[in-house]
Amino acid sequence: MRAAPDLLVARDLVKHFPVNQGVLVGGERGIVHAVDGVSFDVRRGETLGLVGETGCGKSTTARMIARLLEPTSGQVLFDGADITHWSRRRLRPLRREVQMIFQDPYSSLNPRRPVGTIIAEPLRVHRIGTKAERRRRVEEVMERVGLNPEHFNRYPHEFSGGQRQRVGIARAIVTDPKLIIADEPVSALDVSIRAQVLNLLQDLREDLGLTLVFISHDLSVVRHLCDRVAVMYLGKIVEIADPDRLYAHPRHPYSGALLSAVPVPSVQAKARRTVLRGDVPSPIDPPSACRFHTRCPKAQELCSAVEPPLEPKGSAEQLAACHFPLTRTEVDDLMPPATAA
Amino acid sequence: MAPLLEIRDLHVSFRTRDGVVRAVDGVSTSLGRGETLGVVGESGSGKSVTALTVMGLTRLPNAFVGGQIVFDGTDLLELSNEALQHVRGRRIAMIFQDPLSSLHPLYKVGWQIEEAILAHEDVSRRAARRRAIDALAAVELPNPRDLVDSYPHQLSGGMRQRAMIAMALVLNPDVLIADEPTTALDVTVQAQILELIRGLQKEFGTAVVLITHDLGVIAETADEVAVMYAGRVVEQGPLETILEAPEHPYTWGLLQSIPRLDTPRRERLRPIQGTPPSLIHAPSGCHFHPRCPYAMPMCRTIDPELLESDEGHVVACHLPVDEKRRIWRELRPREADAA
Repeated sequence: MRAAPDLLVARDLVKHFPVNQGVLVGGERGIVHAVDGVSFDVRRGETLGLVGETGCGKSTTARMIARLLEPTSGQVLFDGADITHWSRRRLRPLRREVQMIFQDPYSSLNPRRPVGTIIAEPLRVHRIGTKAERRRRVEEVMERVGLNPEHFNRYPHEFSGGQRQRVGIARAIVTDPKLIIADEPVSALDVSIRAQVLNLLQDLREDLGLTLVFISHDLSVVRHLCDRVAVMYLGKIVEIADPDRLYAHPRHPYSGALLSAVPVPSVQAKARRTVLRGDVPSPIDPPSACRFHTRCPKAQELCSAVEPPLEPKGSAEQLAACHFPLTRTEVDDLMPPATAA
Repeated sequence: MAPLLEIRDLHVSFRTRDGVVRAVDGVSTSLGRGETLGVVGESGSGKSVTALTVMGLTRLPNAFVGGQIVFDGTDLLELSNEALQHVRGRRIAMIFQDPLSSLHPLYKVGWQIEEAILAHEDVSRRAARRRAIDALAAVELPNPRDLVDSYPHQLSGGMRQRAMIAMALVLNPDVLIADEPTTALDVTVQAQILELIRGLQKEFGTAVVLITHDLGVIAETADEVAVMYAGRVVEQGPLETILEAPEHPYTWGLLQSIPRLDTPRRERLRPIQGTPPSLIHAPSGCHFHPRCPYAMPMCRTIDPELLESDEGHVVACHLPVDEKRRIWRELRPREADAA
């Protein structure tokens, strides 16, 4: 047994949203199965990546573990305590321990407040320090994320996209949180700026010992930054492993398809073939048993009848929810030669 | 043979309240028949404005356009709006990043494709409808007969982009300009759309200009690549050359700042320092010099010309060729299996 429990544990999280189908009153009620039984743990000091395509439930999962959304069922344990049903008041001290970074640095910063005030906000909310101490702390954090502390009184519109994202990061680390949840933090940034912000996140993680949940649709970025990666499809985790194992030999056919679809800037890229056809089915009426069976090239009868559990495949550190995991030969067929190293 | 489309020293600037924005500042490039030209660059590099200018969509009261856009022997900039109508849509078609905002939400998909046909050809509505159905089938949409009567919101993002491509290709244009056609789509859908564009191009011999910020997308589709920075083409050449032997420091920076699946993990990214320049107060000399680690004093004052470095490979950089080749040998990303 480890001395301390995992920093965060998600157990069988479910989030269903009721919807009215149709614009008119009296439209049929339906339920969006946004997240449907997701379990994972986040170990202290690690970076866990959540990847998947639009609508797979990664952002909803993030919002539930941050307790910004109430789960329909399941549990969230933070630092050993079950926080699933804590009231807002009771959660308040916890909020300084869990911070978020958002995708869009334009809409997540109040345009009418100077960035110094924005970054100081969590300190003020939690009544940390005197005004002078807060100012010092903000300047220190600005320096740390590569912003000029003299720009304390400037407004968000005076900064570029990359700098704004640094403001968002400064705000997230100002209370010295234990866990940061970053939802697509570099997706809105240009290539050259994205690399700067990724390096910053990497440095902060090492220097401050941060635990990070990193949500992204970009598999190359996730591989670069994360210690473990969970692949989601239609509200479920289909595979979870460290990137070396996952990217070298994905076991779940969906992970394989996703990896093979990533464009690689290499001259061999043209040889690749498309594996997945069609679109993701609707989360209002998801397929039975294994949700990927309707698009899976390996699906058999069993897959539509019995839901495969998330269990070790090939190694104790690699879990996949699949009855017929990909073999070595199938993986080699799927990937361009350079990636399957 | 003369290229199908040749852009010569194109300048596009816009008068704004903050000053004159030089969005395109001397772009020269060309596209051969049936070829795919990938145009890569970051926000504000002028790639979209160049494309819009080819389509005649920057003819605005506050815009100044200079240079030449020679298409099949005619300078499009000299054409009247009316004459341009016959080229736009029929001989040069364009698709955009967000198919939802480029399809009219209140008209059926099929009707919108029929309109495109009727605008250029004297055929009956029924004949146009038949062709719309064929076009939807050609982009591999399921049940095209039912789909002609659906509204854009009833389609998924990937299907909408297919419908846009159907609309663009229904008149069998010589050139298809695709501006970030897959940026709003998920990777698996992106792979499908890129495969579709490649397939249609092979089938109909359409030349394609593919604008993107993603070098991976370029690698999968382009024969020829133009790299743009701050309103200019800084390097252009065959795909292999740009990926394997690039000679402009900005291209090096782009290639090094992306995490890629085929290089060792956890290698630190080497970003380009600083931020892209303002197009109102663009830097003197080479626009890239403030961010270039190899800048020399002359880069600050003298604007480098786009010169041929190898056959078919042009670069705008003052560094001596040998020096550039030496630097790239040191920089080039090692592939995973070589590490």
